[in-house]
Amino acid sequence: MSDQAFTMVTLVLAGVVVLGGLAWWLSARAARLDRMHVRVESTRAALDAALLRRAAATEALVASGALDPASALLLASAAAEATAPLEEVEREVVESDLSRALRAVLTPGAVQVLHDRRDVVVEGLLADLATACERVVLARRFANDAVVAARRTRGRRVERWAHLAGRAPLPRTFDVDDEPPALAPRGAAGAVAESGAQPPAPRDRLAG
Amino acid sequence: MRVGLVCPYSFDVPGGVQAHVSDLAEVLLEQGHEVSVLAPVSEPDSASPEPLPPWLVSAGGAVPVSYNGSVARVSFGPVVGLRVRRWLAEGHFDVVHLHEPVTPSIALIAMLTAEAPLVATFHTASLRSRALQAALPLVRPGLEKLSARIAVSEDARRRVVEHLGGDAVVVPNGVSVDRYAAAPVRQEWRGRPGAPVLLFLGRFEEPRKGFGVLAQALPALRAAHPGLRVLVAGRGDPRVAHELAGDHAECLEMLGSVSEADKASLLASADLYVAPQTAGESFGIVLVEAMSAGTPVLASALPAFSRVLDGGTLGELVPVGDPAALAEAAAALLDDDERRRAVAAAASRAVRRYDWSVVAHQVLTVYETVLSGVHGTAAALGEPGGDPAAGRLLAQWRGAEVLP
Repeated sequence: MSDQAFTMVTLVLAGVVVLGGLAWWLSARAARLDRMHVRVESTRAALDAALLRRAAATEALVASGALDPASALLLASAAAEATAPLEEVEREVVESDLSRALRAVLTPGAVQVLHDRRDVVVEGLLADLATACERVVLARRFANDAVVAARRTRGRRVERWAHLAGRAPLPRTFDVDDEPPALAPRGAAGAVAESGAQPPAPRDRLAG
Repeated sequence: MRVGLVCPYSFDVPGGVQAHVSDLAEVLLEQGHEVSVLAPVSEPDSASPEPLPPWLVSAGGAVPVSYNGSVARVSFGPVVGLRVRRWLAEGHFDVVHLHEPVTPSIALIAMLTAEAPLVATFHTASLRSRALQAALPLVRPGLEKLSARIAVSEDARRRVVEHLGGDAVVVPNGVSVDRYAAAPVRQEWRGRPGAPVLLFLGRFEEPRKGFGVLAQALPALRAAHPGLRVLVAGRGDPRVAHELAGDHAECLEMLGSVSEADKASLLASADLYVAPQTAGESFGIVLVEAMSAGTPVLASALPAFSRVLDGGTLGELVPVGDPAALAEAAAALLDDDERRRAVAAAASRAVRRYDWSVVAHQVLTVYETVLSGVHGTAAALGEPGGDPAAGRLLAQWRGAEVLP
């Protein structure tokens, strides 16, 4: 009789331990998923900030008056569209348009003409724009990386069955053409490679 | 008169503005004026083998950019800017006529740098408000230099008034009416009893061109006319059209992109031209071409189309984006030979006012009005600009100063 009672107690205790363990395990996975969602949001906010900064740098270059009027008009309208409050899919379109407009206007020849002005203000604006474009590339990679990780985790069996994501919307990657224009003066890249004394290019500075 | 025309879009690809500019140039030359057209053109080696017309000057290669919601092939940049200045300086124009100056291309550069009297034609002016807000500070100094503004239609004019401020006179797009009226009928495109021919023109892949509306009208139309043939002429992937038509794709005949001469013959041969466009038309030049060819027109009731068809007396109008109404009206028209003939006859009389002989005269009147003002004030102030030769010398001197 007391043997039976002992077995019962043992079974109940074992059950409690197993259930407790399961609960802990699930909540740990939910917390991990939550961290991933937080990372999605923070990297996405960084991407939005980077895109906005690129549009602002474009507008500043337009306002400098250093460009010919047609180039200025193209960039101004592309930047204006890019800062409009839009749906996600439309945003991808307008940001890609801005990237293409920047590359169409800031061809190597046109950039050389800007550098040849030897205008400190214009140099500063070009450097700002180059940095802003590089940041978009980086921020988008980080944001999409976070999205891919979160989606992969959400797709696992346990997460789906236990409904660990709750009502959080399924994150989407941000797919745009973000290839930046080449903004360095002609021959500058070679100079950097030849001599370590040159200041590092923006890409190195950011990546480091 | 020495006239400089500036077209912002590349002459490498066909388009409404390009066609308008080259027709205007030809007509002005015929009338004994000196004309030079500045436009983006690819370098000869990459372009088509046929030589450029002598009046055409290249401003440089074109770059496709997306502006104002569609892709345009335009030219810009520092080198292009220099070419525009040189063209202006070497041309010694009495008047410079810009087309679509609010596009990121050479017309804008010319507007801001030219010293000759400026006339501008606005073809669409359907600017997105946000882009326009960004653009206005850049273009306003140029817009203030314009001595005269022309809009190609009442709708284009309203957009100029609303978005850019100031007014514009309406001078419609021109059409060589006789070229269409004399176009030969081709047997293979002609309707026969029991097998009428319906014609659709344009880039059928673009939703606003309304091919989808026509495709949805096909079941009802074929129920009334089982032998119906639908000719579709325009750039695009035929599979898209077949997909839209579904089971009724068999009545479609995809002709692809056609030459101007073939287009005229198509219009002259078909029993009915349908224009089911759903948006974005500021004038409707194709309707005028169809009317010139003596083809009855069935069009959606867009404001521009209603105006060209005079509210429905010169062609039939149906509600925009309504396949059922389109099918019913088209079937009724195909049944009624008498009505088709009457509408086409009325249209070919009314269409004369769009003929280039009339339109070019209106454009020239605008030039002359502008010049009389310029010469009048210059003479009154005792400036040498009152004398054309002296004015040219002055411009030459200024040009020498601008160019290195």
